[in-house]
Amino acid sequence: MKTFKIGGVHPSENKLSATSPIRRAGLPKQAVFSLYQHIGAPAKPVVAKGDEVKVGMMLAEADGFVSAPVYSSVSGKVSKIDALVDASGYRRPAIFVDVEGDEWVDTIDRTTDLVTLSQRPDLTAEEIINKVRTAGVVGMGGATFPCHVKLSPPKGTKAECVIINAVECEPYLTADHRLMLEKPEEILVGVELIMKAVGVDKGYIGIENNKPDAIALLSEKAKAHPQIEIVPLQVKYPQGGEKQLIAAVTGREVPAPPALPISVGAVVQNVGTTFAIYEAVMKNKPVFERVITVTGKDVPNPSNLLARIGTPMHQLIEECGGMPENTGKVIGGGPMMGKALMNLDVPVCKGSSGLLLMTENESRRAEPQPCIRCAKCVSACPMGLEPYLLATASAFRNWDLVEENDIVSCIECGSCQFTCPSARPMLDNIRMGKTTVMALIRARNAK
Amino acid sequence: MAKKLIVSLSPHVHSRDSVQRNMYGVCIALIPALLSSLYFFGLGAAIVLATSVAACVFFEWAITKYILKSGRLTILDGSAVLTGLLLGFNLPSNLPVWIIIIGALVAIGVGKMTFGGLGCNPFNPALVGRVFLLVSFPVQMTTWPMSGQLDAYLDAETGATPLGIMKEAIKSGDVSVLHKLPDAVDMLVGQTGGSLGEVSALALLIGLVYMFVRRIITWHVPVSILATVFVLSGLLHLYNPVYASPVSVLLTGGLMLGACFMATDYVTSPMTVKGQVVYGVAIGFLTVVIRTFGAYPEGMSFAILIMNAFTPLINTYCKPKRFGEVVKK
Repeated sequence: MKTFKIGGVHPSENKLSATSPIRRAGLPKQAVFSLYQHIGAPAKPVVAKGDEVKVGMMLAEADGFVSAPVYSSVSGKVSKIDALVDASGYRRPAIFVDVEGDEWVDTIDRTTDLVTLSQRPDLTAEEIINKVRTAGVVGMGGATFPCHVKLSPPKGTKAECVIINAVECEPYLTADHRLMLEKPEEILVGVELIMKAVGVDKGYIGIENNKPDAIALLSEKAKAHPQIEIVPLQVKYPQGGEKQLIAAVTGREVPAPPALPISVGAVVQNVGTTFAIYEAVMKNKPVFERVITVTGKDVPNPSNLLARIGTPMHQLIEECGGMPENTGKVIGGGPMMGKALMNLDVPVCKGSSGLLLMTENESRRAEPQPCIRCAKCVSACPMGLEPYLLATASAFRNWDLVEENDIVSCIECGSCQFTCPSARPMLDNIRMGKTTVMALIRARNAK
Repeated sequence: MAKKLIVSLSPHVHSRDSVQRNMYGVCIALIPALLSSLYFFGLGAAIVLATSVAACVFFEWAITKYILKSGRLTILDGSAVLTGLLLGFNLPSNLPVWIIIIGALVAIGVGKMTFGGLGCNPFNPALVGRVFLLVSFPVQMTTWPMSGQLDAYLDAETGATPLGIMKEAIKSGDVSVLHKLPDAVDMLVGQTGGSLGEVSALALLIGLVYMFVRRIITWHVPVSILATVFVLSGLLHLYNPVYASPVSVLLTGGLMLGACFMATDYVTSPMTVKGQVVYGVAIGFLTVVIRTFGAYPEGMSFAILIMNAFTPLINTYCKPKRFGEVVKK
């Protein structure tokens, strides 16, 4: 069975909600739309206080090429444009909409009928990319990189294959898994759309073999799509990392930054993004709702919810049986790379793949011990780095040494800190070092 | 929200591996060797090991509390117990208690705590203690009791060890001296004289397999040492049969103990796979050179300590293969 070759760890999977079908979350009383739901320039509001909006109406437009518009997921009235502490922990501008009814714009195809590519022979690559861009599709796995940018490879590069990231290597999360079980045909059409957009005739869907039902179902449905190959992968974290996935599926390794996946001919999209692309192109539906896993060991009813973007997190927790008494930490995303939330008014964003409630006991880090130089971090690092060296040298602010030792290649997957017997805060230090070195490099290049 | 949430950076989960788990894991891996030492040397082994462990733990506690004035109870992490066990394993079973205590003081005090305690020492503490005793008390440290004297301690009868016999053969150039060597099965199981923890290669190998299974260490260091020693001593043996056969070389002296438990010490061995192989091969090479051409019959401790000194250099030059370094076309 295929997997990536360097490093990796195996955290407990804890896929508590894997058998729970996707169900709709209720409408919020007030929906909040952050203007920072993607990487790149923040969106620019096109509505003002008091404006009436409908489901699927644009609230803010893309501000530049690497940016994405934001659409309303509810109908009602814009009550204010104000700052809000979002999932990143920063105070950022957001559009607040008071919800009234549930009225959709009429351009959206609300039927569940499958639209295949053969029904739309007229579609060109430009049209697909254009639809994706105007619908505000971003990387739904959590990276939130504007999707159309990845579909427009820079001049001088050539895509050879499309790889769909259906790995879902984060423990606990099952949103992608359920989506594959419930929307397999839509996903396959989505893959074809991406292939057409970048002009390749080979697509792979990489799925870890802890999801045998999804592998079986998609393999069965893919018989009608001979250009798409389902690739079962051995379970190993961080296989959902873009570079690790490309290595696992094709055996090719993307060189160190600033090289992009396209340098080895690969275009990678998450499976949730693929579904969003299908809906954007075939159903004319912009991104305003997504599947999010709400889970945790003591959560009464771990679920996969189809939630409107802008719904506050506390409402989703209520829908899964309420917050357990002993909750210590709430994480937006998975436990390996997710961000701990400051409060539960944080709204669902395009990149919200999960909401994990950890008990008080699980929430505290163990007391750090001295590094015993066991080298387990070196063998765990999927980028072939030396985390012990990067963490220590960063703590001593030796920026030259960490730069020489390729700190900018770090993907911040946390495998080193996960595996460290001395429970050292390795990634905290490495992040600081990486951020500083990247700023130094930018300053040097600007000269 | 009234409830305060804990906020910290990812990752939010941990493998639950710990320093204790690894240190006590190595101690558990030493149990077969411990039992074999009690089986072959009885009372003497019990006294030496108990003294060594107790003294190492005591000195670490005392130095932490009264010299470093730290409130941390570092003796619970298991590393002092491990150093004590390994030091004891490297001593003859008739060594007087006061010498053992000096060895423990040097191992923990000089070898470990002067550098800042666990994780900071450049040299393997147990070996620092052992080599200090070897050069300070050469007579007591090189007269080994014969195995099987279960109720003897200071009064145990001593005799020639297989390593001594091998050295004698080389010095005299007389192949027939090697006929005095015990047969290979005896050397594997442990019916020979020597330091108390090193006599049973079998017990040590069982411990090694346990450490592999629990993923406490990887194969690179022990296998590269054993393979290098086997190949080099094999070549010497082919060149001139006065040099003992590679199988006897592997099964005698501190080689197995050193390769499985001393050279693999986390703190003093290199961090990368490449580095670990370089380190292992160099230790194997130095051991054979010292055993064959040096003044001492045993070279394992010196080889490991010499390579400990090279570990920082090895770490600087032996980098792991970075992801994407060699782009496959």
